Amino acid sequence: MADLRCTIAGVSSPNPFWLASAPPTDKEYNVVRAFKAGWGGVVWKTLGEDPPIVNTCSRYGAMSLNGSRMVGFNNIELITDRPLEINLQEIKRVRRDWPDRAMVVSLMVPCEEKNWAAILKRVEETDADAVELNFGCPHGMSERGMGAAVGQVPEYIEMVTRWCKQHSRMPVFVKLTPNVTDILKPARAAKQGGADAVSLINTINSIMAVNLDSMAPEPEVDGKGSHGGFCGPAVKPIALHMVAEIARNADTRGLPISGIGGISTWRDAAEFIALGSGSVQVCTAAMHHGFKIVEDMADGLSNWMDQKGYRALDDFKGRAARNVSDWKFLNMNFKTIAAIDQDSCIKCGLCYIACEDTSHQAISKSRDNGHRRYEVIEDECVGCNLCLHVCPVDHCITMKRVDQGLPSVGWVDDPRNPQRRSANPSSA
Amino acid sequence: MSGADNEAPDVKPGRLNPSAYAHVFDDIGPPLSPRETLIEAARCHFCHDAPCVEACPTGIDIPSFIGKIRTGNLKGSAIDILSANIFGGTCARVCPVEELCEEACVRTTGENKPVKIGMLQRHAVDALMKAGPQPFTRAADSGKTVAIVGAGPAGLACAHRLAMLGHKVDVYEARAKPGGLNEHGIAAYKVPDIFAQKEVAWLLGIGGITIHNNKALGRNVTLDELRKKYPAVFIGAGLQATQKLGLEDEALEGVEDAVGYIERLRQAEDLSALPVGRRVVVIGGGNTAIDIAIQSKRLGAEDVTLAYRRGPEQMGATAHEQHLAQIEGVNLKHWLAPVRLIGWRGKVKEIEFTYTRLDDAGKLVMTEARTRLLADRVFKAIGQVLVKDPFDGNAREPLAIKSGKLVVNDDRETSLPGVYAGGDCTATGSDLTVRAVEDGKRAAIAIDRRLRS
Ligand SMILES: Cc1cc2nc3c(=O)[nH]c(=O)nc-3n(C[C@H](O)[C@H](O)[C@H](O)COP(=O)(O)OP(=O)(O)OC[C@H]3O[C@@H](n4cnc5c(N)ncnc54)[C@H](O)[C@@H]3O)c2cc1C
Ligand SMILES: Cc1cc2nc3c(=O)[nH]c(=O)nc-3n(C[C@H](O)[C@H](O)[C@H](O)COP(=O)(O)O)c2cc1C
Ligand code: SF4
Ligand code: SF4
Ligand code: SF4
Repeated sequence: MADLRCTIAGVSSPNPFWLASAPPTDKEYNVVRAFKAGWGGVVWKTLGEDPPIVNTCSRYGAMSLNGSRMVGFNNIELITDRPLEINLQEIKRVRRDWPDRAMVVSLMVPCEEKNWAAILKRVEETDADAVELNFGCPHGMSERGMGAAVGQVPEYIEMVTRWCKQHSRMPVFVKLTPNVTDILKPARAAKQGGADAVSLINTINSIMAVNLDSMAPEPEVDGKGSHGGFCGPAVKPIALHMVAEIARNADTRGLPISGIGGISTWRDAAEFIALGSGSVQVCTAAMHHGFKIVEDMADGLSNWMDQKGYRALDDFKGRAARNVSDWKFLNMNFKTIAAIDQDSCIKCGLCYIACEDTSHQAISKSRDNGHRRYEVIEDECVGCNLCLHVCPVDHCITMKRVDQGLPSVGWVDDPRNPQRRSANPSSA
Repeated sequence: MSGADNEAPDVKPGRLNPSAYAHVFDDIGPPLSPRETLIEAARCHFCHDAPCVEACPTGIDIPSFIGKIRTGNLKGSAIDILSANIFGGTCARVCPVEELCEEACVRTTGENKPVKIGMLQRHAVDALMKAGPQPFTRAADSGKTVAIVGAGPAGLACAHRLAMLGHKVDVYEARAKPGGLNEHGIAAYKVPDIFAQKEVAWLLGIGGITIHNNKALGRNVTLDELRKKYPAVFIGAGLQATQKLGLEDEALEGVEDAVGYIERLRQAEDLSALPVGRRVVVIGGGNTAIDIAIQSKRLGAEDVTLAYRRGPEQMGATAHEQHLAQIEGVNLKHWLAPVRLIGWRGKVKEIEFTYTRLDDAGKLVMTEARTRLLADRVFKAIGQVLVKDPFDGNAREPLAIKSGKLVVNDDRETSLPGVYAGGDCTATGSDLTVRAVEDGKRAAIAIDRRLRS
């Protein structure tokens, strides 16, 4: 049995599955249920200063796709709406009762050193393992100069992180907002401020849908709506990219990462870990299906690791990050051609029409004794994978490697590149 | 003679609890819920050159109409269907989809679970029919009127298309009501709740179509008269006679044509007044045989046996229909050919069969072995045939008839120019509602071309 124990920035937990700071970690009642169900840790719902915020009524929007509910989810909720003292008492109790679980406390207060110093002191008294600075909340709080309003300005991130390190013995996780053009900038700032880890991603600015009857965005509050934070399965690719950038970039490499965004299964989690995450955090999937999903997450990850011969998370952590490359270094002499397995082909014609209308006209259609037949025209195929993706039958279309007998050459050195390194030695 | 010899044949009405009649012919395939519909629609791959379209006799653009269900464009979806098949509502309920569109669906090839095309079609068409009138308009009046014989699906599909194309139509219908077998033949549980009548009324909403009920070709009017009076005639008279078993004593009381009984059943105001046999034997292997067997069973017959002279694979009824009959409690027996009817005071009481088999050459042969079944009622469901008189006997210029059906070309034109035919009275395909609709539609397009040239 694989060892799922995880330690990140000095915080340990029996498994890498944490609940992200959000409604599932809003209070003792939920968190105790989550721990009973097997979650390795929680990031407590973001605490703020009293008086607590007040939420609107009607808070969530969701995107269904072809009958699948909540492939994307968004919310216009703010941070905790309960008094600070109650939260702190509960955190302390849960911490005491569940010593082996990770207890991280998310925080968001106005951008003044004294405010941060004050709240950190109170959190320390709970014996929590660490704090997570919520620089991500993209709605509501950012209008008050907090959350993403801080997270989008690297100087503020660095400054607040430094205060927190100065005023606390606890490890500091900085939660990054994806609502920036280059995730490395805030990540670097966090690192420079002394962050022990980064958590990402928080939610993405979004309007979930427009109600075509009321002509208002969803979720709708009395005929109006404001943008909210997008999360759930649909955001995973964006999160993976941002995690990978931090994991592979020279000046952020090695900074511990708690990966978040669209994680619903052990497989999603494994992908985040393979790109360098030390722990993973989940919100939407738990809100969709309840806490029980952690059973399969733990079980599935462990079985997969056994099958692969990985004994501990570190055995595969970051392995895929090494293979994330700049485009210019990809082998320009690598060639594949689509191949259709005629026996499993169901003759839906999707590959044909996709290639014919929108790609390279590299699939032919014909009738053989009245039977439809679709075949790849090898000379025209550029190996783009479109047919493979549209084909509804698994493994019916595969991309076959064609050995060109040429060395591996990236665009930087490709003879077809007028700016190639050998043509212009000084630019290398 | 069997021990039951001294018992009188038991045929009587009201075999069910009176309260049961209200639901005895409830919809056999209730509609999908809106959510099920969306999930089912999402299963369609939106195929290019979709095999299902080719397998639909009316060529409905199936991926298109399903795609529109998916986006919530139900009206566009229904119009896709109805512009190819104005009887899309009936067809969605009665088409043997397992041998038409759904058999060809690539999901049948892939996983033996086709997209439920018929159910989706029903969803879209029902929504449009519920919302209001039929959606098509008539083109500018051509000043021409076309005669149609028979207000079944072939005749009415032809009439509707002609109306769309700007022509007026006079329909001559032998019966007291339009609808053909939709109204008089199709099993009650496939089209419950007077659906057939509602659909005809809805379809006629386009205008320009006059139906003359109780006016039969051959009885009230001749083909020659119609040809003289109208520039074109379409014949959709169906098959109005039935095959005989060719047995002695076939006239015994209780030996009946299945179609005749079904017609009475479909028109019955009060099902509890309809006489039903206790032990029913059905002879035949097609869908009519299955239908009469199931309907008898539902009306309270104790034992219903369907006897067919060949094996299950040779039955005209699809595997799905056979399965349905078994679920309903019908006993299916194969390799039995009737040889003798045995009566009691003029009423049928028992039927004797010989066992059959295929000889080495694959020919059906009778064996010496015999068996008998007690039967208070025997239904003949061995096929309907064309009543030829109005077309050859009575006509000055007879229509060509081959193998018992009117001969037509691709345009559905008969051997006489200007006279078209379609549906069961022709041999353009299997005897199905959907084929009749296609014939009517094609003939209308050809007639329009003729009238405008
Ligand atoms: C019991 C039964 C069950 C069936 N079940 C199914 C099913 O589930 N699915 C399916 O697809 N198909 C089914 N069919 C077949 C389907 O009903 C026919 O293929 C279809 O109705 C043929 O349409 P039509 O217009 O050619 O003929 P019909 O529907 O028979 O209509 C012919 C019309 O012409 C009228 N007519 C006849 N002679 C004259 C005349 N001389 N003058 C004026 N009018 C005349 C008749 O009264 C009738 O109204 C079934 C048939 C039967 C008998
Ligand atoms: C209703 C809701 C409330 C949230 N509240 C917070 C919060 O208070 N603090 C925070 O850091 N993130 C908050 N988040 C963001 C989540 O912690 C997480 O970063 C995001 O949902 C992406 O993960 P997921 O795809 O697993 O949901 C919230 C998310 C949701 C859906
Ligand atoms: S998409 Fe796949 S199944 Fe469809 S025709 Fe092409 S190869 Fe066959
Ligand atoms: S009309 Fe019948 S065969 Fe054609 S698509 Fe509809 S259900 Fe299928
Ligand atoms: S064959 Fe099946 S999957 Fe393809 S378009 Fe037709 S219904 Fe859809």
